[in-house]
Parts: sequence; structure tokens; C-alpha cells
Amino acid sequence: MKVNRTELTWWERLYLPTLLNGFKVTLRHFFSWKRSRVYGDKQKSYSAKTTMQYPEEKWDVPTGYRGAPYLVKDVDGNTKCVSCQLCEFVCPPRAIHITPPGDRGVVDREGSEKMPKEFEIDMLRCIYCGYCQEVCPEEAIYLLKDYAITGESREELIYDKEKLLELGGADKRAYDHHVQDGVEEGIKKWETKTREAGEQPGFH
Amino acid sequence: MLASITELFAEPRVLLTLLKVVCVFAVVMPMVAYSVVAERRISAWIQDRIGPNRVGIPFTNIKLLGLGQPLADGLKALVKEDFTPAHVRKVFYWMAPAVAMVPSFVVLAVLPFGSMLGAQKMVIADLDVGILFTFGIVSLGVYGVVLAGYASNSKYPFLGGIRSTAQMISYEIAMGLAVVPVFMLAADPAWQAELIDKSTAWSNYLNDTGLLNLSSVVAYQHESILDWLMFKQPIAFAIFLIAIFAETNRLPFDLPESETELVAGYNTEYSSMRFALFFMGEYAAMIAGSALMVVLFCGGWTLPLGDFFNTPAHQSLGKGLVHIGVFIAKIAMFLGLMIWIRWMLPRFRYDQLMNIGWKRFLPLSLANIILTAIVLWVLHS
Repeated sequence: MKVNRTELTWWERLYLPTLLNGFKVTLRHFFSWKRSRVYGDKQKSYSAKTTMQYPEEKWDVPTGYRGAPYLVKDVDGNTKCVSCQLCEFVCPPRAIHITPPGDRGVVDREGSEKMPKEFEIDMLRCIYCGYCQEVCPEEAIYLLKDYAITGESREELIYDKEKLLELGGADKRAYDHHVQDGVEEGIKKWETKTREAGEQPGFH
Repeated sequence: MLASITELFAEPRVLLTLLKVVCVFAVVMPMVAYSVVAERRISAWIQDRIGPNRVGIPFTNIKLLGLGQPLADGLKALVKEDFTPAHVRKVFYWMAPAVAMVPSFVVLAVLPFGSMLGAQKMVIADLDVGILFTFGIVSLGVYGVVLAGYASNSKYPFLGGIRSTAQMISYEIAMGLAVVPVFMLAADPAWQAELIDKSTAWSNYLNDTGLLNLSSVVAYQHESILDWLMFKQPIAFAIFLIAIFAETNRLPFDLPESETELVAGYNTEYSSMRFALFFMGEYAAMIAGSALMVVLFCGGWTLPLGDFFNTPAHQSLGKGLVHIGVFIAKIAMFLGLMIWIRWMLPRFRYDQLMNIGWKRFLPLSLANIILTAIVLWVLHS
């Protein structure tokens, strides 16, 4: 390939125009004190600083983000998990550990057959893959938006059932999180999945 | 032996010189630390970032615009593991950071950083061969880099060291020749005799100084801003400025380090405090270079704003301190320029660097000497 080299004039070869241009550009950026809204409105203005002052300012987490997995409650505030242990089996890093209730199940309300005696997620092991959410038949575990999981000891970062339920909150939160999937009345995963499958070509 | 040493230290001249050394060191070290902070903040602002703005007073929430950063950086450098790779040439490897750092500080010894404080002339060593000494020492700075490149015994530092050598040779000459016209103008006994006759303050200051002494260059430039050799010798100034960039390994001439090609160049194998020594050496060299430029081309500690600023202090402590302040402010401006240029211009290619040094600056500085000589000859005859 032939590269055409531009003939520079003697003035350009003096390097001075480049120098002046350099000053112009750097000065413009140097004196741009406006805060950028790049994390909010996704607009990068050339007269703004882009740094996000992290702990004070937080990132606007997009919907569908795979954060930490938590257990969610149904609209009545009941535990949805039925201790089927599918998430435990599917979990690639084996971060989930469920203690099943045994033959005399722990049931604290009418209409529920089974629920976990203990449900632990080791947040140090979790890789935020979302398989647990994918596999859960009861829509009980969701990857929410939390991305900064910190603690002072390893024990502290093994979240137990109470903590997971508290952090997961009521169903509403997960619902908000997944509104973009087109689910309108609560989360009915089987409906969504059927619809998605139906949309694929060649499905009967 | 011991008695003679104690006698030596009892002599006020020696004590005062030691005091000056300590004071200069105490001023330059924070300047090094804060030019690093300035570098980081200015680069951040130019690149639309904010830069280090968190560290303030330790153990409090006071942030002070990140001015505590040097503390954190220094502590980090001290506490980090000081790793010596197995394949290095140990003695040279240990020596190199010191060799890189020391010359930058030694240069400061002959620079007049102020007029007078009391009866003391504000220069550590009032050498009559000031400028020659400076050039001798400035070129030593490169040995640290070369030694680091050689001692590291691996390819990237080696390439960095080689580049540094070539760069030093090509720029040292142009730099030296650029200064010749300065002394053709300044080292003229006529004006100095006249000045000494005219004012007691100046005669006190220039007491028995030779014409190559740096304080006589300062005296030459004191009258008005047009006397600054920056304006009288613009070509020499431009060449000297650019050569200083090359001498201190600053972008656009930081080929010994050039991160993009050579990992980190000569200091690839260095870590922790030894790396920090190189880093401090670089900034100390910047300060020394700026100070040299201020003395040679920008009137040193003088400001052409009337008697208070452009005559040496005479038994007035305040005036002497103001002169030192002026000198430091001028240095700060040059440091700012150097930092700014770093974030503005891309690095030159190796052959381009050599081209500029040998084919442009060398003939240009020679022509400048001849031109100055002709002008002086015409004026004097």
C-alpha cells in the first residue's frame, strides 16, 4: 500500500503550529469545570470532567444488571423458596449451600409445603453468573443490583437466609428489576419463557 | 584529626553553608513531592478527570484538595517490597538510583536562589566557574539512567539506557553551545564594573565574583524585562529549554522510559523505594533545570519592578526572603510548563530526536554564537 505523505510547509515543519494547537486543546480541557453527565444521561460533553466521585456518587445501574443474588419474598411477605436445591446444584462455583428441612419440613404458613431450614450464599465465591435465577422454578432467587459486596471477614460474607431475605425484599423489587422483560403482572417466569420460546423460529 | 574536624565545624562559614544546604534540601524535597501532585492533578484536568483529591490530613476527614497525597505516596513506596531480581548486577543495581538522584541536587549548590539574607549571599557554593560546574554535574545525571539500564541486565532497561546515552550526547552539546551567547553578553567586565561603582548593594553582592559566576548573570539581567536573556537571546533560550526537556527525560523526549515501547525503560526492574528514588530524581532534575533556566534566562531572583525587587537585599531580612520567593515562583512556572508540555505533545521517535539534536539544534546554536559575536563586534567597534 502506498501511503501519501503530505508535504509540510516550512512553517508547519517549525513545529510551532502543532505546539499552539496543543496548547489550545489542552487549555480547553483543563478549564472545563462542568460535571459530566456521562453516567446519567449518557452524554459526554467536551467541556466536562468525567470522573465519578465513587462512594458519594453512585453509578446508575442499568436494568437487567447481574448483581448479587438474593432471596425474594412474595407480595404477602412469605418466603418463596421451596428448598428444591436446583440453584445449589447448578451453581458453578458452589457458592450456594442449602440445608433442606428434612422429612418434617419447616413450614411457617398455610399453603406452603416446604422451605429451606437454612440458605447460605458465600458472596466471596459467587461469580454473578445468574444460573440460580435462571434455574429457580419458584422465582425465589434474583440477581439484584448490588455490586459492591464488602466485609471485614470471610464469615461475614457468607449471607444466611435471614440476611438474604432482608436484602432481597418483597417481590416488588425484583419485579421492578425485570420490567424490561415485558412482564407486566408480577413475575411469571414460565409465561415469559413460553413466550420467548414461541418467538423463536421453528418452535412447535 | 577529630580536633581539626571540630575546629572546621566551629567556623561560622562552614556552619552557615551547612545550614544553607539543609534549608535548600528542606525546600526542594517538598517541591519535588508537590510537583508530583501537580503533575497528577494537571494531567487529570487536561484529560477531563479530577485526579487525586482525597488524601488530606491523616486520621481526619479534612481533604485539603488532596494535598496530603505525597505522604501516602511516600509511605507506600517505603512499605512496599523492595524486590531485587536474581539476574541483576547487584552493586550497580543498588548504586543506580542514588547516582540518578544525587546530581540533580548537587546542581542546586551553585545556583543563586536569592540575593542576601543578612550578610550571607544566598548561594551554597559561590563558584566562579558556576556554569561549567553545572554542566559537568548535569551530564552526570544520565549515568544513573545508563547504570540502571546496564545493571538491570534485561532487554528493556538496556534499550532505555542506550537511548539515554545517545540522547545525552546529542542534547548536551546543543545545550552547552546555547549557553555560550549568554555569557558572551553577560560576562563583560565593563557593565559589571559600572554596576559595582553605581550601587553599594550590588558591589556588596558581586564582591569579587568571576564573570562565569551565575550571580553575575543574574546581575546582568536585573535592569528591565528586556534585559532578560530570554528576550535578548530567544534562539538560545528555545534551544536550552528543549535541551532541558531532553536532559530531564521529560516528554516529548522521554525515550529512555517510553512506557509504550519499553515497558518502563530503565526502571523496569526497580520497585518500591528505589523506584521512588528515580522518580524523585526526575523531579529534582526538573527543578534543577528550571532553576538553571530561571538564572540564565529569566533574571534569577530579580523582578524588574523597582528597587525592592531588583537590587540585592542589604541587612533587610524581608527583602531577602521576598527574593527567594520570587525565585521559587519562577521555578514553579517553569515546572508548570514542563508538566503541561508532557500532557500535550506525543513522544518523538528515536530518529526524529537525533535529527533535531544533531541536524537542527547544533547548527542553529553555532549560528547563534556567530550572530551574537557579529552583533557584539558591530556594537563595540
